[in-house]
Amino acid sequence: MDTIKVEICTGTTCYVMGAGDILELNDHIDEHMAQNIEIVGSNCMDLCKDGQYGKAPFVKVNNTLVSEATVLKVVEEIHRQMT
Amino acid sequence: MNCDNNANRIRRKLLIEVARLQLKDRLEDNIDRLPLALFPRQGTDIRCCVYKDRAITKYRLMAIMGHGVEKETNELKPLSDYARESLQRAAPAPDHSVLTVIDEACSACTRARHYVTNVCRGCVARPCMINCPKDAIQIVDSRAVIDGEKCVDCGKCLKVCPYHAIVHIPVPCEENCPVGAIFKDETGREQIDYDKCIFCGNCLQECPFGAIMECSQIVDVIQKIKQGHHVIAMIAPALAGQFPVEYDRLLSAVLKLGFHQVVEVAAGADIAAEHESRELQEKIAAGQPFMTTSCCPAYLQAVDKHMPELRPYVSSTFTPLHYSAERVKQEHPDGITVFIGPCVAKRQEALHDRYVDYVLTSEEIGAMFVAADIEIADCEPFVMDSPSGNNGRGFALIGGPTHAVMALTESKDIQSTLIDGLDKKSIRLLKTYAKGKCPYNFIEVMSCQGGCVSGPCNITNPRSAEAKIRKIIEKPTLPAPKV
Repeated sequence: MDTIKVEICTGTTCYVMGAGDILELNDHIDEHMAQNIEIVGSNCMDLCKDGQYGKAPFVKVNNTLVSEATVLKVVEEIHRQMT
Repeated sequence: MNCDNNANRIRRKLLIEVARLQLKDRLEDNIDRLPLALFPRQGTDIRCCVYKDRAITKYRLMAIMGHGVEKETNELKPLSDYARESLQRAAPAPDHSVLTVIDEACSACTRARHYVTNVCRGCVARPCMINCPKDAIQIVDSRAVIDGEKCVDCGKCLKVCPYHAIVHIPVPCEENCPVGAIFKDETGREQIDYDKCIFCGNCLQECPFGAIMECSQIVDVIQKIKQGHHVIAMIAPALAGQFPVEYDRLLSAVLKLGFHQVVEVAAGADIAAEHESRELQEKIAAGQPFMTTSCCPAYLQAVDKHMPELRPYVSSTFTPLHYSAERVKQEHPDGITVFIGPCVAKRQEALHDRYVDYVLTSEEIGAMFVAADIEIADCEPFVMDSPSGNNGRGFALIGGPTHAVMALTESKDIQSTLIDGLDKKSIRLLKTYAKGKCPYNFIEVMSCQGGCVSGPCNITNPRSAEAKIRKIIEKPTLPAPKV
């Protein structure tokens, strides 16, 4: 299985709205999942300025965009792509 | 709940919206629409209905504009009226509240108690019943039941139940208040007793309903900047760990908000450490058994209100903020000083310090960046004229003040210890020290466990904030380049 890239926007808006805690994703997942993902902090993805993308914080799991991201939402998306 | 949660997200969103409106000069005109815009009639509600959500949003916005919810006398008074008052206010009101309880938002949790869930099998062993020291447990219809009148919440039954059928239901704000300052009124809703409150901010952080808010000064500060005053940002050492960017870019972003100048409170911490080191050696030489630090304002409040016997042992050194602000005001007597940090108790301290005009939190400055569309990572690094020493910058971490004081202390007879977080237990311990049973002669006290990096108004996980600060302080301080 290819590594799943979890790109967490750490632009100012996303960070203030909770991206900082999503960066600690590894604290919330099991080893199996941790081995299959790569967590990257990203500069502002420029999504927060554009209403049609929903709301900050934004996380990209491979190419799927998760808006109003929480640890739970991100884990669910990773899980979906893993199975 | 020092973690991401919905109550925090809602508060941050509102802070951003208020700052955004004010920056566009639309605060008074548009604030009344905000609760409706956030909770439209066809939208989803968080509580029972959008109307309740709107009502609570109104109170949150009042607090954000610096008005204590308890002071509402006319329920019909629109937010625009409060906004006008905030915009016209020249200085914080003398009776400015630091905290406010939104009674509408308080869910009036049932009293803290132990409760037997339906997991109970009514077993033959019945260890809960046998081990209860107050005979408070009976078996009714094949299930254990706790008699609330007899139960003293010792928790023995919970520990011995083989099925984990017994739970402790807390009242989170009361449970986390180290000094019993928050209590239920006759309706079951919480109130704060300000004769006891030490402004540690635990209740604000722990209430799952977000019912406790700070009375923010964000509107006041933005207004002073807009009016063209010489506004000086005084950065707490802990702020350095709060954003995912280099420290010098963060300073630059603060200036971009319109502050005229940015000063590190770490410089004041260096002065405090010097003062404290000298005082410690003098006091020990004079036979005083021990001395405690005096940098944490919540601890100072706790001493005043709950441990008066400790007063003679608290260092007479002022807080780092005081020294920094004093210096700034000497240079700019008409300047307006704004402390920016992680702390609720600092707001209380500032009300009584003539050199400090306003306090913003990490969260509020973050909201201001968002409202002003400032991407911190894109800001040019700012070079300080006279950067602070790394010992002062370390005051954000538990052990930092001790490290700074020891670095300046020649005496080899110092036995130091750390009180890492004020809770009921550590307060009891400090009281025994005051009674003459103190095996140490220098005690550092921080109200927040881990130090200011765990402050109640922070936006970054304490562990990553600490790592970030360690990275800064392990780098030798470089002198500013000559221009």
